[in-house]
Amino acid sequence: MDETRKEFWLNAVLLIGLFATPVIALMIDEPFYVTLSTRVAIFALAAVGLNIALGLGGMVSFGHALYFGLGGYVAGIMAHHAFSGVPMVFGLSGSDQMLVIWPVAMLLSGLIAAIVGALSLRTSGIFFIMITLAFAQMAYYFAIGWPTYGGEDGLSIFVRNQFPGLNTMQTWNMFLLAYGALVIALVLFAMLRNARFGAALMAIRQNPERVAAVGISPFGIKLAAFVISGMITGLSGAMMADLNRFVSPSMMSWHTSGQLIVICILGGVGRLFGPVAGAAVFVGFEVVFGGLTQHWQFWLGLVLLGVVLFARGGVIGIIAGRERHG
Amino acid sequence: MAEPVLDLAGVSKSFGALKATQDVSLTLMPGEIHALIGPNGAGKSTLMALVSGKLAPDSGRIVVQGQDVSGLSVAQRARLGLGRSFQVSSLIPEYSARRNVMLALQARQGHSYRMLWPVRRDRSLTEPAEEILARVGLEGRASVPSETLSHGERRLLEIAVALALEPAAFLLDEPMAGMGAEGARTLTAFLDTLRAEAPILLVEHDMDAVFALADRVSVLANGRVIATGSVAEIRADPAVREAYLGEEEGA
Ligand SMILES: Nc1ncnc2c1ncn2[C@@H]1O[C@H](COP(=O)(O)OP(=O)(O)O)[C@@H](O)[C@H]1O
Ligand SMILES: [Mg+2]
Repeated sequence: MDETRKEFWLNAVLLIGLFATPVIALMIDEPFYVTLSTRVAIFALAAVGLNIALGLGGMVSFGHALYFGLGGYVAGIMAHHAFSGVPMVFGLSGSDQMLVIWPVAMLLSGLIAAIVGALSLRTSGIFFIMITLAFAQMAYYFAIGWPTYGGEDGLSIFVRNQFPGLNTMQTWNMFLLAYGALVIALVLFAMLRNARFGAALMAIRQNPERVAAVGISPFGIKLAAFVISGMITGLSGAMMADLNRFVSPSMMSWHTSGQLIVICILGGVGRLFGPVAGAAVFVGFEVVFGGLTQHWQFWLGLVLLGVVLFARGGVIGIIAGRERHG
Repeated sequence: MAEPVLDLAGVSKSFGALKATQDVSLTLMPGEIHALIGPNGAGKSTLMALVSGKLAPDSGRIVVQGQDVSGLSVAQRARLGLGRSFQVSSLIPEYSARRNVMLALQARQGHSYRMLWPVRRDRSLTEPAEEILARVGLEGRASVPSETLSHGERRLLEIAVALALEPAAFLLDEPMAGMGAEGARTLTAFLDTLRAEAPILLVEHDMDAVFALADRVSVLANGRVIATGSVAEIRADPAVREAYLGEEEGA
């Protein structure tokens, strides 16, 4: 079978598999796996965001936890104020409506990504990694030192935020929302990648000097990609906060940034379904080995090393070969 | 007299103590091929980088079609009509020959922020790309990733990318490098027809090509232009023979 077709079928299996898992779990009355599938979908969504910057644009952001945590805190803080009735800043009231929270999370993440991007995208390599890390760490310590919203202890969301027509306290419905957002993000990723924007972005990853020489400024394209990337990861953070009914500074820690990179690498950097495959492997490891040993991350690290050394295309690359650009 | 397409006035550039470009003034007139020759390390590639915007001059002015571009970026200068090829092929390695040309066409048309319509089905990109590849003789290799093209084919693809930009001036840095005698002859014939589209500032080591093509030749040595003139004048110039040609013929 030709490799493009292989990738198509692999993607279909992942897409259907992720949907079928919670359905079967409900049928055999194992609600734990519904939560787990939702977790996979949300991590995959976060990694689809990172994949735009990292996979398409070659921007190794070691600070995407910033947007993940920002989205989480938007959900937590708005819910907190909706619950208490005390207005937030500038007399704005909180909200327990996901359809209000999500756009706010995305806009705020996009805004911060624009600032971080504008200050970091003229550098590359280790400098870029360090600057993105530094911004995320700043936000992390800021959250720890902000007692109003729980500081180090984090902030609980007592009742999940609401979505019209769905009872979000049922995890199955949370799954549907996360899965829907993931599918939309995947469609967006595919469209971006195939369009002129993606053509320029992927070319910049490979040879920015050539792209400038034909008259496309790499900086603007990269910045736009970085902002879109941050927005998608921000949305995923808001969903994760609602799934866990809890948000804490650890969402913004460098561990989280590293996890998102690991998910992309495990699945296949730059591949459409890389984040889905990667998130499934990651959460699978967390559950299987996390139950057996405290050191499950060590084993994950070993697998990661194997992927980096022997199978650079990750899960998608192992099965469907290298990516081809017509 | 017609206005020059490209006009350099007193351009200088140093790397620390090394004066790579010293007070260079030269013009590129419509319809001409202006060859830039000189021994290795004379500063030819540095001058190309100054014109294209990769390097910023320490002093001097660079004017393209009447507009001072000295402060502009590489991308801005490319949009104003400077189409360059690199001494060492610089392409998008994973992209096919076709996609490399399509990227240049897309840059020429603008709209690189379009996020919806797939380029594969964009006939304003695919059709001209095929035509341009056919012009340089790469029509059979359109789908091959540029990293797996042969050296000579990559040189031709560099030219194809420059063509796609429909530039006001071509800046070609050693387009024949490593092409082989046969390839160099074919490319010489092709560049001969190209000057009708836009003038060419041509850096080239292949003296047969330079003498066959150039309307004017400037000789660089130690970053300075030591002579400018027709092919016949340059061949007869004693200073040039000493600095460059003598050395070549002796070798
Ligand atoms: N980026 C740079 N930094 C320092 N020195 C350089 C740089 N680029 C070129 N040079 C030096 O400038 C001189 C001219 O180089 P170059 O323009 O590449 O010559 P040519 O193309 O004529 O062979 C050489 O001595 C080279 O070593
Ligand atoms: Mg050179």
